[in-house]
Amino acid sequence: MVMLMKLLHFTKAWIYERIFNQMRNIVYWKLLLFALSLLPAVALVWMALQNQLGANPVEKLIHETGEWGLRFLLLTLAITPLRKKFSWNVLLKFRRMLGLFAFFYAFTHFAIYLSLEHFFDWQEILKDIAKRPYVTVGFVGIVILTVLAITSFNGIRRRLGKRWVVLHRSVYVAASCAVFHYLWLVKADILEPVIYAVIWLVLLAVRRQAKPTQQQSTLQARSQQV
Amino acid sequence: MLIKVKNPADVTENDVTDAQLFAQRRSFIRASGQIALGTALGTLFTPSIVDARGQPLKAKKNTRFNTSETLSSYQDVTSYNNFYEFGTAKEDPAINARHFKAQPWTVKVDGAVNKPGNYAFEDIINLNQLEERIYRFRCVEAWSMVVPWVGVSLASFINQFQPSSKAKYVEFTTLYDPKRMPGQNRAVLNWPYVEGLRMDEAMHPLSMMVVGLYGEVLPNQNGAPLRLMVPWKYGFKNIKSIVRIRFSEHQPKNTWQIAGPKEYGFYANVNPQVDHPRWSQKRERRLGEFLKRETLMFNGYADEVASLYQGMDLRKNF
Repeated sequence: MVMLMKLLHFTKAWIYERIFNQMRNIVYWKLLLFALSLLPAVALVWMALQNQLGANPVEKLIHETGEWGLRFLLLTLAITPLRKKFSWNVLLKFRRMLGLFAFFYAFTHFAIYLSLEHFFDWQEILKDIAKRPYVTVGFVGIVILTVLAITSFNGIRRRLGKRWVVLHRSVYVAASCAVFHYLWLVKADILEPVIYAVIWLVLLAVRRQAKPTQQQSTLQARSQQV
Repeated sequence: MLIKVKNPADVTENDVTDAQLFAQRRSFIRASGQIALGTALGTLFTPSIVDARGQPLKAKKNTRFNTSETLSSYQDVTSYNNFYEFGTAKEDPAINARHFKAQPWTVKVDGAVNKPGNYAFEDIINLNQLEERIYRFRCVEAWSMVVPWVGVSLASFINQFQPSSKAKYVEFTTLYDPKRMPGQNRAVLNWPYVEGLRMDEAMHPLSMMVVGLYGEVLPNQNGAPLRLMVPWKYGFKNIKSIVRIRFSEHQPKNTWQIAGPKEYGFYANVNPQVDHPRWSQKRERRLGEFLKRETLMFNGYADEVASLYQGMDLRKNF
């Protein structure tokens, strides 16, 4: 009996330590991911200060921030499929950070467009958004990402309940906006935007695949009931 | 009566960077390149060392059409290029054209012309007759620069071949050689690159056949050894590395018009009132400047060239 109590005690201590350590590990991993995600921004600022952005620094900044926004958006979308595929649930803990970095880069991209590209000439900006499809979809994407970033906090998430999940599914719309924004603005060489489009399609396909199996399982369940 | 008070020639000499200063600048750039951040971020960097410095060229300054605006830096002019034959990113040509051999060079002249044939570069360009002109350059992508080009007037260049009365248009073709121009391995555009001018545009005193810039042989990434310079038109009209000149009765189809007929026309005159379908042409960003400039009609050469297009609807003939 005493042996059993001791064993139980040790198991409990072992489990507590595991969880505690894991949590600590997560904090470290989160810090590392944060630093890595910030690296492109730091590099761009550093290059700007060193006059290393080339002959057209504003264009370079707009292109780089936009592309990083798209990259982080696709990374965020990759989390769920990866988690399911390898039942690696820990990944979920990084999803919000990646999503917020997607918003950060995309919004910086938008802010540069408003300021250094158009110098807050609102009439010209509104005309641009209304008239040019690639700007329109880009703007829609920004609006969606902004709403998702604002509603990303735990408090709001809890308050919204199930509606939160539905709302945050629009990240797929934002990603498609970003992909088409890039595809439609290119002059002739569509290779890079096509690469992003393919990644986006693969991620969509993976999601599609996940759904029918759910339906199938419910169908199977029903047929069994009958 | 017109009185010109300003002498543009003075401004020119002040503006051109002298060779010694230039050399110092390069060593500075090289040094700062060496302390650049680690290779992990390498793809973010634009190349800051341009190795394709050519030999000096002797050229008389022709100040007739000079602009008094500040010259764009040699570094910007030679590291920020649209030359898809060497890659589609702005920094690609400076890297991929580094080992391009622009000599010996032959140009085929044919069509409605009395002296057709295959001409060696040195037989059609007299290096003792070169002149330097400072022109504004406006890209269709809404950026611009000011460059001291070295070359000859296109009219005198064309006249040596004696075009016949049937010559209404002149068509230029870029070299097609994917081994030497790696960008041609991908069908980004309909290779080889073709451009054209109406004969009166080609014979206009502003039009140039360029063989150099900043007092030296044209760097490869800028279209060595022979390129067009028609300063009132968007940059893509100024075809580079020309190997064929054909005179004809019919308007040629230029490459960008084939690629996007709704976006790029045959004339491609700089016009702030006619937008590109995907962006405004009202303003432009001059390389090296923070604020944008208003784009000028015919890129500021309206007094000289507007008469060429009298009675034409410039919205239709964009």
